[in-house]
Amino acid sequence: MSNENEDYLEEYKQDRLSHETIDGDLATLNLGPTHPATHGIFENILTVDGEKILDAVQTVGYIHRAFEKIAERRPYNQITTLTDRLNYCSSPINNIGWALTMEKLIGCEVPKRVDYMRVIIMELARINDHLICNSVIGVDTGALTGFTYLFQQREAIYELFEEVCGARLTTNMCRIGGFERDFSKTFWTKLDAFLLNFPKVFTEFDNLLSRNRIFMDRTIGAGPISAERALEYSFSGPNLRAAGVDYDVRVMNPYCSYEDFDFIIPVGSQGDTYDRFQVRQEEIRQSLSIIKQAIAKMPEGPYHAGLPEFYLPPKQDVYEKMEALIYHFKIVMGETPVPVGEIYQSVEGGNGELGFYLISDGGRSPYRLQFRRPCFIYYQAYPEMIKGQTISDAVLTLSSMNVIAGELDA
Amino acid sequence: MASKLTNEEVYTLLKNAFGDKVGEMLTPFDLLTVEVAAESANAIIEWLKKDEKLQVSYLTVLGGVHYPEDKGREIAVVYHLHSLVNNFRIRLKAFLPIENPTIATITYLYVGANWMERETFDFYGVIFAGHPNLKRVLNDDSMDYFPMRKEYQLEDATREDKDDRFFGRE
Repeated sequence: MSNENEDYLEEYKQDRLSHETIDGDLATLNLGPTHPATHGIFENILTVDGEKILDAVQTVGYIHRAFEKIAERRPYNQITTLTDRLNYCSSPINNIGWALTMEKLIGCEVPKRVDYMRVIIMELARINDHLICNSVIGVDTGALTGFTYLFQQREAIYELFEEVCGARLTTNMCRIGGFERDFSKTFWTKLDAFLLNFPKVFTEFDNLLSRNRIFMDRTIGAGPISAERALEYSFSGPNLRAAGVDYDVRVMNPYCSYEDFDFIIPVGSQGDTYDRFQVRQEEIRQSLSIIKQAIAKMPEGPYHAGLPEFYLPPKQDVYEKMEALIYHFKIVMGETPVPVGEIYQSVEGGNGELGFYLISDGGRSPYRLQFRRPCFIYYQAYPEMIKGQTISDAVLTLSSMNVIAGELDA
Repeated sequence: MASKLTNEEVYTLLKNAFGDKVGEMLTPFDLLTVEVAAESANAIIEWLKKDEKLQVSYLTVLGGVHYPEDKGREIAVVYHLHSLVNNFRIRLKAFLPIENPTIATITYLYVGANWMERETFDFYGVIFAGHPNLKRVLNDDSMDYFPMRKEYQLEDATREDKDDRFFGRE
């Protein structure tokens, strides 16, 4: 990296690149860590020539909370709350990813209904995640309307989460083996209302930006990356797909019965801000379609697996039945034995492949738990993507990459 | 999408190419896991990437593990690699002694390995020889220990109500 930067500066000094300044002096500018334009705690020390960026050095770790270390002391069912705080724009996906990891480790088959319920929740979370990202791209190009207008729809999604689990942002939604309770009647009513209202609002939002001349001029060519480079940087999720690689974990390694659903993976070609925006827009439409398919095909059955050793018994039984009391105690105290093993499970998170690498030594907490955090991996490419661009494009590129500080810093 | 390669197939190719640098074949949860000699880890990763049939050219994640009981090979560097063309995943583990945990960098193969290696250095103290900028990434630069190593307790070590026996480890 540093060598490339030097090459770039060298080329610049030798007049092979355009000069913008009058006196030729370079300035150093701190972009962040706390600046409204960075949408989170990101620090970039830029070397700029007028408006043009020549170099950027990132500092990360401002909100590092040592989740991987904490996980080594926590019973398995208490780790879900840590995953909430990774990508908090779509925390249910993280929760479900962790539950899937544990189910794979203990060899638990969940009922089909649970899979479909999870798909609905995960796609709602994906819509929410993409809505935040895309409407923030609007804000950074000077169009606040879309952001505030979509707030109502995001509120509807948060209300749906609240209906399922009582929380809105850090949901802690899933249990190992299924859901804590079945979806209520209110949930289904609210979901129907959302599916009726949201597409209209979303179309308006799309009309506002997608073919807007000013928006297109601002975003096309801003922060591009080629497919080869994106793969070398281990990009995943919408950012990789915008560069033209159709890698989606939901299709490549299906989990939660994603193979039952019909959807397309949108891909871009330039890997710039406009392509990232468009890929997310299309993914929102695909997510809506997946949710509709899941509702139409929703099987009957229980909302959790018969897994007494990990799934808490009904509270009434704990008071009345000896067995239920024992299981309750063992689960709460983390006394249930788990198999020894090494496992990697990944899900398609809001911004890429979210992976869980878990080593269990049979103890009541993981021996080692590593999160593959897509943000942390693709944020490395940021200096390369903004080199030669203007500062306002750098701000735009950052928001279009959907870098979430919680996930970046773990 | 099913994988176009089988674990046995890849392992045989790997074994033929690298002989005793490659350990025995393990397949926990159907993911090919191979222990590789630390000095040839980067060569094996390069070979996997450049082999025209395998095309294991996507670095999923790289990280460390600390096994304090395993004398002489306490620190493991774990690579998860993925062949997007064949939809085949492989895990490589290289073990290093804690006195001198040095392994060659793979940043010349994957630029994205840069921060993952810095993170592994930050938390486990693994020295990646040839890394362009090996310094801490999430923790403060003035920190003088490697916090993910097992000797550093998460909580106050004098607390008796949460000793290791309660965590299933004697």
